[in-house]
Amino acid sequence: MVAFTVNGVRRELGVEPNTPLLWVLREHLKLTGTKFGCGIASCGACTVHIDGQAARSCATPVSMVEGKSVTTIEGLSPDGSHPLQKAWIAEQVPQCGYCQSGQIMQAADLLARNKTPSREQIVEHMDGNICRCGTYLKIISAIQRASREG
Amino acid sequence: MTERIDPRTTDLSRRDFLGAAAGLTLALTVAPDPLALIGEGLSGEALADGLLSPNVWLTIATDGTITIVSPAAEMGQGTFTTLPAVLADELDADWTRVKPVFPPEWNEKKFGNPGYDNYAFQTSASFAVRGYFKAMRVAGAQARRVLINAVAAKWGVPAQELSTDPSVVVHKATNRRISYGEIAGFAKAPAELPKIEDKDLKTAASFRYIGKDLPRVEVPLKVTGAAKYGIDAQVPGMVYAAVLQSPYPGGRPETVDETRARQVKGVTDIVKLPEGVGVVGTSFEATQAAKNLLKVSWSDAPGAHHDSEKALEEFAAIGRDNSRDGVPYESVGDAKAAMRGAVKVYRGEYRTRYLYHAQMEPMNATAAVSPDGKSVEIWTGTQGPTSLHNQVARLLGIERTSITLHQHFLGGGYGRRSQQEVVIDAVRLAKAVGKPVKLIWTREDDVRGGKFRPMTAHHIEAGFDASGKLVAWHHRVVAESVAAYTSIANGTPPPPLDRVVMKGSPIPQYPIPNKLAEHVIETRGARLAAFRGVGNAYNAFAAESLLDEIAKDRGLDPIALRLTLSEGQPRMQTLLRAVAEMSDWTRRRDGRGLGVGTMVKDDTLAAGVAEVSVDRATGKIKVHNFWAAIDAGLAVQPRNVAAQTEGSIVYALGHVLREKITIRNGRVLESNYSDYEVTRMSDVPNIEVKVVSTDNPPTGAGEDGVPVVACAVGNAVAALTGVRLRELPFAPERVRGALGA
Repeated sequence: MVAFTVNGVRRELGVEPNTPLLWVLREHLKLTGTKFGCGIASCGACTVHIDGQAARSCATPVSMVEGKSVTTIEGLSPDGSHPLQKAWIAEQVPQCGYCQSGQIMQAADLLARNKTPSREQIVEHMDGNICRCGTYLKIISAIQRASREG
Repeated sequence: MTERIDPRTTDLSRRDFLGAAAGLTLALTVAPDPLALIGEGLSGEALADGLLSPNVWLTIATDGTITIVSPAAEMGQGTFTTLPAVLADELDADWTRVKPVFPPEWNEKKFGNPGYDNYAFQTSASFAVRGYFKAMRVAGAQARRVLINAVAAKWGVPAQELSTDPSVVVHKATNRRISYGEIAGFAKAPAELPKIEDKDLKTAASFRYIGKDLPRVEVPLKVTGAAKYGIDAQVPGMVYAAVLQSPYPGGRPETVDETRARQVKGVTDIVKLPEGVGVVGTSFEATQAAKNLLKVSWSDAPGAHHDSEKALEEFAAIGRDNSRDGVPYESVGDAKAAMRGAVKVYRGEYRTRYLYHAQMEPMNATAAVSPDGKSVEIWTGTQGPTSLHNQVARLLGIERTSITLHQHFLGGGYGRRSQQEVVIDAVRLAKAVGKPVKLIWTREDDVRGGKFRPMTAHHIEAGFDASGKLVAWHHRVVAESVAAYTSIANGTPPPPLDRVVMKGSPIPQYPIPNKLAEHVIETRGARLAAFRGVGNAYNAFAAESLLDEIAKDRGLDPIALRLTLSEGQPRMQTLLRAVAEMSDWTRRRDGRGLGVGTMVKDDTLAAGVAEVSVDRATGKIKVHNFWAAIDAGLAVQPRNVAAQTEGSIVYALGHVLREKITIRNGRVLESNYSDYEVTRMSDVPNIEVKVVSTDNPPTGAGEDGVPVVACAVGNAVAALTGVRLRELPFAPERVRGALGA
C-alpha cells in the first residue's frame, strides 16, 4: 500500500512499490494528462511536481512519493487559468501537443522560483524537455509572456 | 482533378482499396468532383430533434452550434481548425459557434480526400488542405444556399434578395434577420441539394477566415492535459499488452522460452505473433517486465544481415558507377548526351543516414474484438484511417463497416502513424485473449521497431557548355525503395517509381534543358517509411550542395547563381530575394558563414538561409539564425503556415547536427532519446519565416522547412571554413575530421 496526495486528494493504492509514478497516475488513477515519452527521464513528457518541485514521474518509483504531494497538469490550476496555460494559448504554442503538459509543468517550476527568468535561464531550465514538433521558440515566448503578465 | 496517388501512401493502391471496399467503384472511376461528395444530407431519422443537416458535412443546432466534420488527422499541423474554417467561410458561419468533429463514419465516398483517386482518409504529404480545400468550400456554399432557400420560402421573398452575416440570413429590403439556429428549427434539407459552381464561391476579398489567423480550436485542450491521444484510451475491462518484436524485419519467433516471463505477477497470456511475441496482463508494468524476460530465437531473414555503414559504402560506389542504370524518375531532354558534350562537368557525392521519426507518443493501439470475431472497435491516432480499415478487414476477414475506429489526436505523426502494424498486433492480441487490449510500445520498442527514412548515396553530375550555361544535370540516388517496402508489407506489388525517395530530385525551380534523376534501387531489408520532408530533404541536400560547389568554382555568389538558374520561375526568385533581404545576405560577419538552399515539393516552394559558426576544436556547429520564405499558394492560415515551417526547420536541425540510426547485423543500435539525439531547445537558432501568400491554389505547408536546412547549413559551413561536408549528420567528430583539426 502506498499513500500520497494527488492534486489535493489523498490516495491509497495497492500497487507494487517500484511501479513508476507515471503509470500509477495514468493507468491506475486515469490522470492521462501526464505523458509517457521515454521511460528514462530523457524527454520530460512525464514531468509533474512532487512537493512543488518538477520531477520525472517515469523514473520515480511510486514508493518515493509516500506521504508526499503530487501535482499533475490536471491540478496545476482549477480551470486552466494558470498564467502559463493562458500564455500557452496566447502564443499558440502546441502543435501535436503531446509534450506540452510536461513543458508547462517544467516551466511552472521555473517561474515558481524565478519570476523573471532570462532567456538563457529559460533555455537551461527547459533543455531536458523535448518537443519534436519544434515549438521551442513559442515555448520561450510563452514563458516570457507569463513572466510579464503573471 | 486527375489521379493523384499520394507517394507516401502507396499502400493505398487501387487494388488494395477495391479488394477491401467493393462498392466504391463509382468514386474510383469518376474524376473526383466535390459535388459528388456533397450530394446527400444526413437522413432525418439519424438526426436528433432540432438539428439541420444541409449536407453530410455539417449539422446546425437550434442553439446555433454548427458541427463541422474535419476529416483529416490532427497531429499538430492544424487541419482540425483549417478545414472546418474553410467550410465555415463559405457557409458564412459565426466561427465562435463552430465545433469540429472527426467523421461520424469512415466512409471515403462521403468524407474522403478528393485529392486522391481513391478518396482515401490519409493525412500525409501535406495533402489535407490541398485535397479538401475545394470540397469544403463547395460544402459550405451549398449549406448556405440551403439555409437561404429555406428562408426565402418561409418569408416569401426571392432568394436573390437574401444575404448573410456570420450565422444570420438577412433581408435588407425589409430589415429582417434570422439566425442559422432559428432556421434549423424549421428547415429541412431538400431531397435534391442545390448545385454549386465556381461562380457561386466567394471571391478572395470576401473571405472572413481563409487567409486570416484563427486560434487553433484544440489548443486549449492541449494546455490542461484534456486532449486525448490514442495512448490515453481507457476501455472498460481492458488489459495491457507488450510485444517483443523481431529485431529485424521478417524474423519469426521460432522458439519461445516464456518460463520466467510467466512468473511475473499479473501476466495472463503469452501469444506468438507473426513477427513478435505478445505478453498480455493486468498492468503495463507487468507486461513490460515479462517482455524483457522472454527468450526468443528468430528465424533468419535478409534484414538480419544488414550493416548500414557497410551498405552505405556500397551505395556510394554504385552511385559512381554510371554503367548501373537506375529507374528514371524524371527525364528532360537528353542529359547523358548533353553531359558528353559539356565543356566542364562538376561532380558531387553526398550521403545521408537512416533517420527515426521520434514522434513523442510511442506507437500504441487499443482494440476490442467481438466474441464472434465479426466486428472490432479500435482506439488509436492514425494518419491512415483507410489503410487501417483495409488491413484490419483483411486480417479478420470482415467487412470494413464492422470496424469502429475512434480517431484520437496524434502525438506526432511525421509519416510514422501511416503505418498500422501496432494496430494489427493489438487486434490479434485482443482476439486471442477475448478482451479489449491496450498495446503500448516503449520508446525502446519504438526506436528498434522504427520504420526509417532511408539512407541514401547521391552522385550528381552538372555539365556546362562553352557559353557558361548549365545544360545538363544528372542526379543518381542510390537507396532502398520506401514504396516497395510499404507495398510488400501490405501485400501489394511494388510500384515502379518511388516518389517518396525521389521527390525533389527533378529540381523544377531550375529549368535546366537536359535533366535526368534516377533511382538506383538497392534492397537491404530495412524497415522504411515516409518521413516528414520525404526525398526533398536529402535530394535538396545533395543538389544544393553541388550548386554551391559550382558557384565557388566559378566565382559566383550562391544566391546570384540560383537567381540565374531559376529564370522564368518568378515564385522561386521572389523567395530567394526575400531570404537574401531577411538575412542581409551580402553583409559579412566575423566568424560566421551564411548558406542558402531551396526546394520545391508538390508545388510548394521554399528557400532558407542559415547563419552558422563552427567550433574548430570540437567540430560542433552552432546555427545562430535561420531565415526562411515559403510560398504554398494561398496561405489559408498564415500564422500556422509559419509555425509549421518553423517547426519543420527545428525538426530537421536534429537530422543535420546529430541524428542517425545505425543497423548492425540487422539490429538497430540506438534505443532511446539518450542515444538518438533530437533537437533540443539549446540547439534552436532565431528563426524568421516569411509566408508569401500567392493567388495560386493552396498547396501543402506541413514540412517545407525540412529540405532547406541540411543544404543551407552545409553551404554555410563551407562558406565559413572552405570545407564541404558531404555526409549527414554533421556530427562533431565528422566535422572535426573534415576540418583536419
